[in-house]
Parts: sequence; structure tokens; C-alpha cells
Amino acid sequence: METTIDVKSDEFLANAEYMRDLVENLRVKQAQIAEGGSLRAVKKHVSRGKLLPRERIRQLLDPGTPFIEFSALAGDGLYEDNVPAGGIITGIGSISGRECVVICNDATVKGGTFYPITVKKQLRAQEIALENRLPCIYLVDSGGAHLPSQADVFPDKHHFGRSFYNQANMSSEGIPQIALVMGSCTAGGAYVPAMCDESIIVKNQGTIFLGGPPLVKAATGEEVSAEELGGADVHTRMSGVADHLAMNDEHALSIARTIVSHTAYSKKVSLPIREPVPPPYDPEELLGIVPQDTRKPYDVREVITRIVDGGEFDEFKKFYGESLVTAFAHLHGYPVGIVANNGTLFSESALKGAHFIELCCQRGIPLIFLQNITGFMVGKKYEQAGIAKDGAKLVAAVACAKVPKFTVIIGGSFGAGNYGMCGRAYSPRLLFMWPNARISVMGGEQAAHVLATVRRDSAEAEGANWPEDEQTQFMNEIRTQYEHEGHPYYASARLWDDGIIDPRDTRRVLALGISASLNAPIQETSFGVFRM
Amino acid sequence: MIDTLLIANRGEIACRVIETAQRMGLRTVAVYSEADRDAIHVRQADEAIFIGEAPARESYLRADRVIAAAKSCGAQAIHPGYGFLSENADFAEACENENLIFIGPPAEAIRAMGLKAEAKRRMEAAGIPVIPGEHSEADDDISLSKAAERIGYPLLVKAIAGGGGKGMRRVDSQEDLAAALQAARHEAESSFGDNRLLIEKWLGRSRHIEVQVFADSQGDVVHLFERDCSVQRRHQKVVEEAPAPNMPESLRQAMCEAAISATRAINYRGAGTIEFLVDISQGIDNAPFYFMEMNTRLQVEHRVTEAITGVDLVEWQIRVAAGEPLPLKQEDLSIQGHSVEVRVYAEDPARRYLPQTGTLVRHRPPATNENIKVDNSVDEGDSVTIHYDPMISKLITHHKTREDTLRHLGSALEQYQIAGVTTNLSLLHSIARHPSFLASSVDTSFLTEHEATLVSGESRFEEELIALACSTFLEQRKAASYPLESADKFSPWAKTDCFRLNDDGFEVLHLKNKKDDIDIRTHFTKDAITLAFGDGAFVVRDIDVRDNKVSATINGVQIEAFYARQEDRFFLMRNASHLTLNIRKEKAFTDIESSAEGKIRAPMPGKVTSVSVQNDQKVKRGQALLTLEAMKMEHTLKAPLDGTVTHFKAEIGQQVEENEVLLIVE
Repeated sequence: METTIDVKSDEFLANAEYMRDLVENLRVKQAQIAEGGSLRAVKKHVSRGKLLPRERIRQLLDPGTPFIEFSALAGDGLYEDNVPAGGIITGIGSISGRECVVICNDATVKGGTFYPITVKKQLRAQEIALENRLPCIYLVDSGGAHLPSQADVFPDKHHFGRSFYNQANMSSEGIPQIALVMGSCTAGGAYVPAMCDESIIVKNQGTIFLGGPPLVKAATGEEVSAEELGGADVHTRMSGVADHLAMNDEHALSIARTIVSHTAYSKKVSLPIREPVPPPYDPEELLGIVPQDTRKPYDVREVITRIVDGGEFDEFKKFYGESLVTAFAHLHGYPVGIVANNGTLFSESALKGAHFIELCCQRGIPLIFLQNITGFMVGKKYEQAGIAKDGAKLVAAVACAKVPKFTVIIGGSFGAGNYGMCGRAYSPRLLFMWPNARISVMGGEQAAHVLATVRRDSAEAEGANWPEDEQTQFMNEIRTQYEHEGHPYYASARLWDDGIIDPRDTRRVLALGISASLNAPIQETSFGVFRM
Repeated sequence: MIDTLLIANRGEIACRVIETAQRMGLRTVAVYSEADRDAIHVRQADEAIFIGEAPARESYLRADRVIAAAKSCGAQAIHPGYGFLSENADFAEACENENLIFIGPPAEAIRAMGLKAEAKRRMEAAGIPVIPGEHSEADDDISLSKAAERIGYPLLVKAIAGGGGKGMRRVDSQEDLAAALQAARHEAESSFGDNRLLIEKWLGRSRHIEVQVFADSQGDVVHLFERDCSVQRRHQKVVEEAPAPNMPESLRQAMCEAAISATRAINYRGAGTIEFLVDISQGIDNAPFYFMEMNTRLQVEHRVTEAITGVDLVEWQIRVAAGEPLPLKQEDLSIQGHSVEVRVYAEDPARRYLPQTGTLVRHRPPATNENIKVDNSVDEGDSVTIHYDPMISKLITHHKTREDTLRHLGSALEQYQIAGVTTNLSLLHSIARHPSFLASSVDTSFLTEHEATLVSGESRFEEELIALACSTFLEQRKAASYPLESADKFSPWAKTDCFRLNDDGFEVLHLKNKKDDIDIRTHFTKDAITLAFGDGAFVVRDIDVRDNKVSATINGVQIEAFYARQEDRFFLMRNASHLTLNIRKEKAFTDIESSAEGKIRAPMPGKVTSVSVQNDQKVKRGQALLTLEAMKMEHTLKAPLDGTVTHFKAEIGQQVEENEVLLIVE
């Protein structure tokens, strides 16, 4: 595609500067998070001869290879306690040539205990492992459940117990479950290695027991050291709870790499793969294309051409339902179907999207959704024409599609548009946001007006008068709330996404995601009833 | 008539002889040892005959086998090259007895020049100046002291059978003589089994200048001018040039005439070299010169003489041996330009020139042309072994002036690519670029005096080269990163730039150079890699690896080098500075057994039947501690590690439970 972007225009330069600031802010924030827990806790951790969690991951992965860390901002501002990264680092990386999900406790963050967000993050990582059939490598160093939060981590379906349920079921599906016990595995935590296919324990560091020495003393009066109760020698020589004895962290990581190398696996790929061709335009330009104001329209094709191979894509129904761009392309050599917003969704756009998704499902082509959506069109004309049922067709098609789906929120993600464009609830394999994105049930401005109208109406119905300045203040509060809650940091802290990415990394992240997804065979889709 | 020539040598000299012989239309037959089955001289010869095991005394020094080989292939002549059998009079005689032409002088001449004292006596008799000294049979302390009075101090005490500096002592005054004689005798006895000594005047600053002579069987003798071989390390020539720099014509004439007289005095035939020491303590004009020894063979450095005279000395050897007269008369010979030879050795100058062995992962000498000649002893892929001289090749340059020749020598040395063994290239390069050497002639102490600066030349660019090696590694890893065996042919997971979300990736490269482990923290940013090690940081951009060359911009300076790689070994070659780096494998972990638990537990319920240790006793890993009888079987419990026995309580006959701790080895 021939670009119409003027990279020297004032607008472009201003946009780029704005986006660069956002990215820089994100990098700084993530760097702070990467420091882990308190300096004291970090020092203590290191003084025991233990590697810091990110270093453990680095040494676990194939040298120099990428790591897609999920939701680094998890837990940000969620609790009174500071819980960097939610106390657990998760992501996909290559180990002995096989893509794996790594789940790594950060013992410098509250002893690696499980806060509600920690549980949620671990379960999400397991979900990614299950959907993409990726081995799970657990680097365990955790005191177990965060006891003050027990009501929010223990009893419910998607609480801590689910993790072991997942381990058992993934193992039953032949997805390797491997644990490295590099610190405590107490109580429930003991089941992480115990439920694994193979486990490694580090001498003089790793311990596994259902009840720690204090609990044992309280229960039976027996006085016993942690090492005697559940240390590496006990579990590799006597109990058989662990399989491999490691002398230290490096050794354990090396054993884990060997274990993965013995999983006798070869990736099978059903897609025809081409040699990747980089896009002709500098990805740097992505920074300047997107307007600072999410409500300002721009041609999403300028984004697509900077993501796909050779900048080339073939549009489907180019002149129909033009507010949605649907196109076939290759991304890093993989065939993909792209669904991208280019304005408000109308009936035609929804029908076009549903049609295109059907094509991709029939052909087994992964789908990429580029979300920048204010919502579906409203108004008498559109309601009467049945926009609700056409929107439903798109939502149904997205919901049922079994091909790997990937969503990047590159702008607004509002209302039912989020559903039709494969929001979190529609189980994309991975969902990322750009730092300029906003997500909420509707835009802040819109919400302020709607809520003000409702309030004014009810006031008027009661015969009361709502002073103008109060109305303005009310609406400002709503705007502020929506801006706060719609911000990507807010979203990422709650795991509404799998992370916030630099727009320039979009192509690379999608390529890594698609590649990882190919570990699971692409399933056939059967759609439900489309309301006609 | 000679139509088949057997070459009783190996390496570059064998190839050198083969080259001329083949040009002369002769069939060439090489001999080879077990270690040389695929050697370069075997490949170049028309035929090759196996003559024994790798050690030279089992092969190249076996006169009987060489002669048998010559007989079996129908050779009429044997060229001995240099070294090995080349100065062995018995061999020359044996050849004669077998009706084989020995391409060299008569056995008698070899013998005459073989022993230092004998040679010097004969030269003195012929009126050739020899270093004032006592060369008589009488070598008792009293005779030598008398001679010392006559010669004056300082003087040199030497072993008659000596060589390599052994049994050699400088004596500055009469009081020290007795002790020096005693020590030298002792050393000579233990080194050569011959405690005979001679004494000579100690020369101050001197140059090693030798004259190439040639004689035919008709009694004609010519000289082919001189060579200067003053750049030596421990009596081994490193750089040789012809003609000698700043040589006064009168001195040249005097020396060449002396050389011819010497040659005539022993009824010589063939190629020979008369080595002189020129005392330059009073300058080169009218400098006294002294006969040192005569080499009755072709010299390693004969190429520089060939370069300046246009003569093929091997061809002359063959012709003269066949009875032909010398192809040229003295008046036809003249000096054309200047030529310098350096010897590239597999040796480590930084470690007292310790010979190095190994496989030449790369061996690309500079491109040759009419001005640059290279004689190779090995090819790429060949090995330098412990069995023979570790010479890799000789580089010879020839130009109009000494200045031009040395400039070309320096740049030719920069073109050398040798990887796999440590060489003296950097030293040679430092010499070729040394101001004193460039400016004029040097004396025999040059290398020793400047050793420190000359030898350290290598480390000057080491850090940049390490950075460049890392860059090459990273770039190659990137290029090789598509996992072609996977169905996911172009997997982005195999790209190796440490990609991280919203963060610069980094990794630690674990390398090892000759001496040390080096851990290099490597940061990847969008358009540069930063390598941090030692005290430095190197920002690397624009890495370009092509064929066997790599270039990169390191801290703003573009640097280029040749490289070779053999699995995890990287070789960087830049301007005669060569670096070898090993990529360290993943850390090897301590044998798990050595970390074994010291608690000795009963493997099953049983009865103690014997006890071999007691508390506080030191035990070695694997040592028997006690035996148990259980399930009608004897079980010997052994120490899992080295240590001391503690907590030992068991007694013979005692029943023990499964897992009961019987003792602890601490």
C-alpha cells in the first residue's frame, strides 16, 4: 500500500512525540516493576545465593531468545501493599527450542505469596499454556496463599485450587508440567511440584512440605528443621516428591532445559509458511500515525501496512461496510486475516466482519483484530434496520471462531464494539494494548452525557432543578473516573489484557504469538445460529 | 642422468625442492612418516613412500629406509633438504655406496665442518680469520688459562660439541675463569655427553652475516653475496635479508673472498654457507669479521639470495650434483634489489617461544606475486605436531630498496590469516615495523634488547578484537537462528537479540581467551549492541560478517578483521594481531556424587556383620565403612565422599532399622 502519511508534518511529529512519551513512561514504569520487592528483600534473596527471578528466567531460556512477559503491570495500584508484577512473572519463551510458558514466583515480593491478582495471573498463564499447548515451567519460590486475602484466593472456582486442577488436566492432555523448587513450597504450594510431571529441587534452598516447622511444632510438638522436613535431600532420596537434585539455581535451570529437551516434541504446522518480508515503512512511523485524541479518525490501513509482510494486504469487500477493514495478509510469513476498525460499526461492517471471520475459520487462518472502536451506530434508522441482530452476527462469529485470535487495542475499546472486535471475553489467545488505548463500556464524554441526562431527567421528573455548575462538576467527575478506569495501566493492573506494548513491537509480538499458537492444532469451527 | 629425485625431507623445503625438480621435468618422490600421511609435500610430489613412525628418528632420520625408498622407486638422486640427514656424512657416504647421488657436498667436507674446533682449525690454517681463541686438542684447564691470557678478557667459554647456548659462559676476568670452566664442563657433560671446551674472544656488538657459496665438481667456486641474519632469538634466526644493510663494498668483497677461500680449502662441492660474526663495536667500516661455521647444505633463508641474484639454487644443486658445471660465472652474478625473509612459527613468543601445536583452522598466507613469495610447510586443515619443527611458512618479499621491501613485508604480514595455533606473526610484524630495524642494520642483540616491547604488540588491540569477536558471534547466531529443522521454518522465537517487552534485552556471553574467563554483559538496543567487560564498554554498530571478514563500528571507529570459526572457537585476525576466543559451554556442575549426603543410612533392616572404621577416622570416597547382612545378602556401605567419620555407634551383631543413620561422614 502506498502511504499518504507525511512524516514531516507538524501533526505527525506531534503525534509521534506524544506516543514516544507514553512509551517512555511505560518503560520507566516497567523498569521500576522489574526491580521487584523492597531493596532489603532483594538483598536478602541474593545473599542466600539465589538468583533474582528475571535472571532465573533469562538463564532458563535459550540464549538470546525473546521472552514475551505477560501483564508486567499486574497488581499496580491494586492493594495497599505494593505488589510489583503481582508477585509473579509469567510469559512465553523458548527453552531447548520449544516454546514454553514460564511461571516464576518473585520471592522478593511479599515472600512470593499469592495475592488475588497473583492467582489470576498464574491461571491466565496456564490458560495460555493450555490453549496453545505449551509446556508449563514453574519456578517456585513462594510462601503460599497470602493469608490476609484468603477469602479472595482460596475458595472460589478460579482461585488457587484451580491451578492444580489445570496442572492435572494439562498433564492429562500431554502438556508437560515441570517445576523447579527454588525456595519454599509450603502448604498448597507443595502441590505445584507434586502435581508436576517432573520436578527439580535446589539443595539447601528448596523445601516442600504441607506444614512448615512452626505448624508441625504447633500441631504435634515435633521440632524439626525445614531442610529435614522437606529439603532437597529428603525429597530426592527419601520421599520421591522431587525427581532431580540441583546444587544451585543455575544447576536447576540447566536440568530444566535438559528435561524440556527430552520431551520428544516436534512442532507440527498446518499453515503454509513463507519467508518473512519486513514491512517497507519504518515501524517507527507507527508512533506518528495515531492521533493523540482517540476520537479523531485516521486510516487504519496505515497501521496495517506497517505490520504485515511487505506492507501488502488484500482487502475483502473493500467498498462495502467501509468502517471495518478486512484483509488477508502475511505476518512474519504466517497467513493471517486482519479485522480492523476504521470508524463506527454499521450493519454492513458487522456483516462483512462476520463473513470474513467465516472465511478465515473455514481456511484455518489466524485472525488479528486491531481494535479502535467507539461502538455500533445508534439511532432510529439503524435500530429499525436491525443493527442489533447484525452486531450479534459479528459477536457470534468472533465468539465461535476457533482459529487462533489475537487482539491489539490500538485506540478506543468501547461498548459492544469491544465484543465484536474480540475483547477479553472472547478468548483471544493474546490481547495487548497500545499505551494510548482506552477501554470502557463507553467513552468518558459519552458516559458523562448519558449519566447527566438520566440524572437531569429524574430530577426534572421530581420537579427539582439541577444547577448548571453542579451538572458540570458531575460530568467532570464522570469524565475523570472514566479516564482513570479506561487507562491501559488500570486495565493491565487487573489483567484485562496480557500487557501493554510499544506500537513498534506490534508486528514482532504478533509474530511470536502466532508462532506459539501453532503448537496447538488449528481446530475446526462450528458456528451457532446467526439471527437473520 | 637424473630423471627421478627422492626428497628426504618434509614441509616447505620438500615442497621447495619438488617445485624446482618438477619444473626441470624430474619425477619427484616424497617420503613420509605416519604423521605426514596427508602432508603438503606428499600431496605435491608425484609419488610418496612411507618410511616409518612419526618420530623423526623412526622415519626422516632413518638413512636405511630413505635409501631403500630411493632404490625402490628408481631414484638416481636424493635431495636431503635442510636438517634431518642433510649434514650427515655417513648418510652421504651410504648414498655413494648405493650408487645414489647425494645432493650435497662430499662426506669428507661435511665431516670437516661438523665439529666446531676442527672446522676453526682448518679455517685458521687456510688464512680465514676466526675468533681469537683456543681450538687445540688440549682443553685442560691449564692450557685454557694460558690461552685466556693470550686472547684477553672478556672471553667466552664454549662446549666443543655445543649448541643452543648450553655450556657457554662469558668470563670477564681471570678470577672468574676457573669457576666458569668448571660450570661449563659440567653443563657440557650433562647436555652433550662431551665435556670438552674451547675458549673464544668475547665480541661486543656484532652482526651475523653469512655468505652463500657454490662449488662445482670442476673446481669452480662462486659466491652469491651475503645475507644478514642478525635478528635472532636464542641463536635461532627470525629475520634474514640480502644483501646486508649498510654493507661497505670493501667489506663485502673481503668476506666473499674469504668465503671462497674457505670453500676451496675443504674441496667443497654444491651449495654452502659460511657464517661470519662481524664485530661492529667500532662501526661497520673496516669491521673485523670472524669465521663461525660453515653449513654444508641449503639454508632455510636461501630464498633471499635467490631473490636478489635471480638464481634457482635448487636447480644449481641438482645440476652440480649431476656433474654439470656452475651455470653462471662470478662476473655474471650481481645484486638486484633487496629481499627479506621472515619465518612464521607455531610458537608463543610471550611464553618463552614455547612451540605450539594444533590444527590450522585457517591458514591463508598473503597473496603471492613477483615481489611476495610464500613457502608453506602446512595447508589449512593440516596440523602442527610435536614431532617436527613448528615452522608454518616463510614469507619472502623482494623490492628495489630495503625500505620498499620492509614496507611490503609489513603489509604482507597483515594479510596473514592463521587460526588454530598461536604464532609469532605479531612479533614478526612488530619487528618489521620497529623504527630501529627500519632505520638501519641491527646487531644480534636487537631482539633480546627489545623483546618486551616487540612481544607485547599482540595485546594492543585485544579488547577491540574481543568486542569484534562477540559481534561476529552475535551476528552469526542471528543469521543461523532460523530453526530449519522445525516445521516453523522462520520462527521468530529463534531470533537472538534478547527481545523483551518495553525493556532492552541483555545477556551474558561467557568467553575464554588464552588466559582468562571473560563474562561479557551484552545489551541490545534498537540499532546498537553494548558490550561491557573489564573496565570498558564497547558500543557496536553496523556489524557486517561476510565470508571470512567482519567489520563493525566500535565506539565510533570502524574496525575490520578476518575471522575463522571452529565450533565454539573464534579466531580474529587483524594486522598480524591474532586472537582466539572460546565460547564457554553452559557451566558444568559439580559431580552430583561429590555433593552426596554424608549420612550413612541402612538401606534395609539388617545386622551389622563387620566394621572397618571408627569415629574421627578420615576416609576416602568409596572406602568400605561397614557391612550389613540383610535378606541373606551382604551389603557393604561405602563412604560417599571424602571426610571424617562421626556419630558412629554401630557394633558387630547389632540389628539396624531401614533408614537408620549408622554414621556420618563429614
